[in-house]
Amino acid sequence: MTDNHPTTEDRPAATDDRPVATDDRPVATDDRPVAIDDRPVAVDELVRVDRLTKVFPAGQGTFGRRRGAGAGVRAVDGISFSIARGATLGLVGESGSGKSTTGRLLSRLLDPTAGTVTFDGRDITRLPSRQLRPLRRDIQMIFQDPYSSLNPRHTIGAIIAAPLRVQGLASDSGQAMRARVRELLELVGLNPEHYNRYPHEFSGGQRQRVGIARALATRPKLVIADEPVSALDVSIRAQIINLLDDLRAELGLTYLFIAHDLSMVRHLSDTVAVMYLGQIVEIADRTTLFEHSLHPYTHALLSAVPIPDPASTRQRDRIRLHGDVPSPRNPPSACRFHPRCWKAQDICRTEAPPLADRSPAGSLGSSPAGLADTAPTEPRGPSPTGRPDTPPPGPPDTTPAGRPGTSATGSPGGPPRHQVACHFPEERTVI
Amino acid sequence: MSAPFLQVRDLSVRFTTDDGVVRAVDGLSFDVHRGRTLGIVGESGSGKSVTSLAIMGLHRRGRRVSIDGQIRLDGEDLVTASSARVRALRGQRMAMIFQDPLSALHPQFTVGDQIVEAYRVHHRVSRAAARRRAAELLELVGIPEPSRRLDDYPHQFSGGMRQRAMIAMAVSCDPALLIADEPTTALDVTVQAQILDLMRDLQREFDTAIILITHDLGVVAELGDDVLVMYAGQVMEHGSVADVFARPEHPYTWGLLQSVTRLDEQRDDRLRTIPGAPPSLITVPPGCPFHPRCAYREQAGPATGTVRPALVEAAPGHRVACHLPAEVRQRIRAEEVTPAR
Ligand SMILES: Nc1ncnc2c1ncn2[C@@H]1O[C@H](COP(=O)(O)OP(=O)(O)OP(=O)(O)O)[C@@H](O)[C@H]1O
Ligand SMILES: Nc1ncnc2c1ncn2[C@@H]1O[C@H](COP(=O)(O)OP(=O)(O)O)[C@@H](O)[C@H]1O
Ligand code: SF4
Ligand code: SF4
Ligand SMILES: [Mg+2]
Ligand SMILES: [Mg+2]
Repeated sequence: MTDNHPTTEDRPAATDDRPVATDDRPVATDDRPVAIDDRPVAVDELVRVDRLTKVFPAGQGTFGRRRGAGAGVRAVDGISFSIARGATLGLVGESGSGKSTTGRLLSRLLDPTAGTVTFDGRDITRLPSRQLRPLRRDIQMIFQDPYSSLNPRHTIGAIIAAPLRVQGLASDSGQAMRARVRELLELVGLNPEHYNRYPHEFSGGQRQRVGIARALATRPKLVIADEPVSALDVSIRAQIINLLDDLRAELGLTYLFIAHDLSMVRHLSDTVAVMYLGQIVEIADRTTLFEHSLHPYTHALLSAVPIPDPASTRQRDRIRLHGDVPSPRNPPSACRFHPRCWKAQDICRTEAPPLADRSPAGSLGSSPAGLADTAPTEPRGPSPTGRPDTPPPGPPDTTPAGRPGTSATGSPGGPPRHQVACHFPEERTVI
Repeated sequence: MSAPFLQVRDLSVRFTTDDGVVRAVDGLSFDVHRGRTLGIVGESGSGKSVTSLAIMGLHRRGRRVSIDGQIRLDGEDLVTASSARVRALRGQRMAMIFQDPLSALHPQFTVGDQIVEAYRVHHRVSRAAARRRAAELLELVGIPEPSRRLDDYPHQFSGGMRQRAMIAMAVSCDPALLIADEPTTALDVTVQAQILDLMRDLQREFDTAIILITHDLGVVAELGDDVLVMYAGQVMEHGSVADVFARPEHPYTWGLLQSVTRLDEQRDDRLRTIPGAPPSLITVPPGCPFHPRCAYREQAGPATGTVRPALVEAAPGHRVACHLPAEVRQRIRAEEVTPAR
């Protein structure tokens, strides 16, 4: 793009009122320091991802071929987060930001290039393929397209039973298997008598229910839902969202919920992570993320979502990013958002901002009004632990990220710390 | 106000298929003025695309398709006009942008060649002049380095750039009517916002009448002047965006508004839903087509399942097709619909 600076109708001051070199700004020590939590891992943490990275070799994939060959695509670049049992992490970001790749790394459909994935207390990063089978039982995926993800030549019964067969959880023709499939059909709101029907006899919403039943067949602990409602109609979307919500409560499921629709993410998630070009740029509990976000990219993303209310949507602060996401094959230096960022300063082009703690008790020094009483206090599913331990307010955090006390993810089971990768974080009302 | 630029009256489109007759559009009437935007919303299969293709004259005429009613473009009826005439108008006075720009852009020709061709169909100018115009158009829609990008093929453009290129092609003849069928559904919200801004700017510049088809109520709230809510090929509700969002009259509109999550709301309760799914348009339910899914059908009396409700004015310029008496609708809206917001 020739002019990469966004226009905003309500243009913020070009120079931020925060001086460039404040001493409370975390100092970037290397390319991108990642905070590691070295407190003992609490029992209710189901997933922990640490500096997870996936590089697709050059010349692979659909977008790759014609653009310059070379380094390959860093589709996911050193991300860290954790998901408490019974909680939902929402993952948002523009197309190509690495959301689906993250989901596929977690479920080990892809092999990580670097970093670790800990599931239920066990490092699964390098499990050999023969040991993946039990993992597949515990981690299941729901996909966007209910049409292409169901084999048209198989009955609904056979489709839902397939994971049970693969897992050897039920004998082929047994009563037990049929009973389980009926139970699953009922669980997702389908008529158990539909056992012998074929996918084409169902509507999009019903097919998505079949996909969900199939995912639940093995009683997974973690469900990765990648755009599960994007292909559905508005009214059907709401039905499926309610179903996912009910199942979480009923079965104590943990979700990684990937979606373009930020309002849907707000509804369903406890914690939300915003990804940009393979990296997490902001992560916080949902109230903080939607009401007190600090990263300019988060602001741009939120400001772009139309609100179905003409009176309010037309009066909002408008931030318009110019152009599309740059190619992850050749990402911008330092802060990857700098070519599109209206607050960019020299330091943004030379030093990558670390993902640093900005929790109310942390480095911002002041607590954004209302944050404390609006932070959700418990995962909304049934959580074995119930109330999480909110980290006690400590002294202002003035040291670089990556030392004890900061966490990419917050205390296990508790609300995550608010973390932001920006040299000049600042609140802005955009909704 | 001047006469509407587009007047659609009692439009019906039927397809004869092996499974039966599809009543894709059934008795549709609306106006669009220059400089104004009509949003058409409804779930998939409600007849939105069939309506737009009918206006553009893009349904293959023949035994299998029947189009009845009137489509008057600046007074001239397109339903009875010759196909040659409609083809001439398409390009000179009306243009369309689709959800999938790849369906409108040929993969084997450069973007520039395609805009040049589209432009020269209606303008007697040299190739060089047309190319200059094409570069101007790409610049107009916000593509950087337009002269260089003219020589790119569609696959070398990102999704948002392809959508812009298609808009550039569509506006190459300064159309007075632009139909955008789900123009941003496949795009990121950030790019959607850019495209909606672009449409708004072009409209201001060229005084274009726009029909914006979408399933996203937020997009209509953002860009629409008027809105038409379609269900099963029929109009359920029609009025100004301000009126319909502030005082929705139809149970289907209520359902749509209540089932969407909103960015500015954080709720922990379950979402309201519309039970069931839209009907097949081969077997449209008798009476009110929405009655099998409607929570208020009992209150509307027995006619609701047998007699099709007429589209009547609930307030000036605000029409609704529902058997519920006005005072009952107002009470339900006040007690159950508006408080939820
Ligand atoms: N198998 C692959 N080979 C090469 N590159 C790939 C492969 N899979 C994904 N990528 C690239 O990795 C990046 C991240 O892709 P990913 O599918 O994770 O994005 P996403 O955030 O899910 O996007 P969307 O919102 O479009 O689904 C993209 O640039 C993509 O082109
Ligand atoms: N060429 C065709 N032949 C038969 N049926 C069609 C044809 N085109 C559309 N339909 C049917 O008409 C109905 C309305 O379709 P459409 O206008 O595409 O809906 P939407 O509101 O999603 O744009 C659908 O039931 C669709 O299957
Ligand atoms: S560090 Fe922050 S201010 Fe600087 S370019 Fe990145 S997002 Fe913008
Ligand atoms: S006419 Fe009857 S069924 Fe139709 S929307 Fe009104 S109340 Fe519901
Ligand atoms: Mg994806
Ligand atoms: Mg359509």
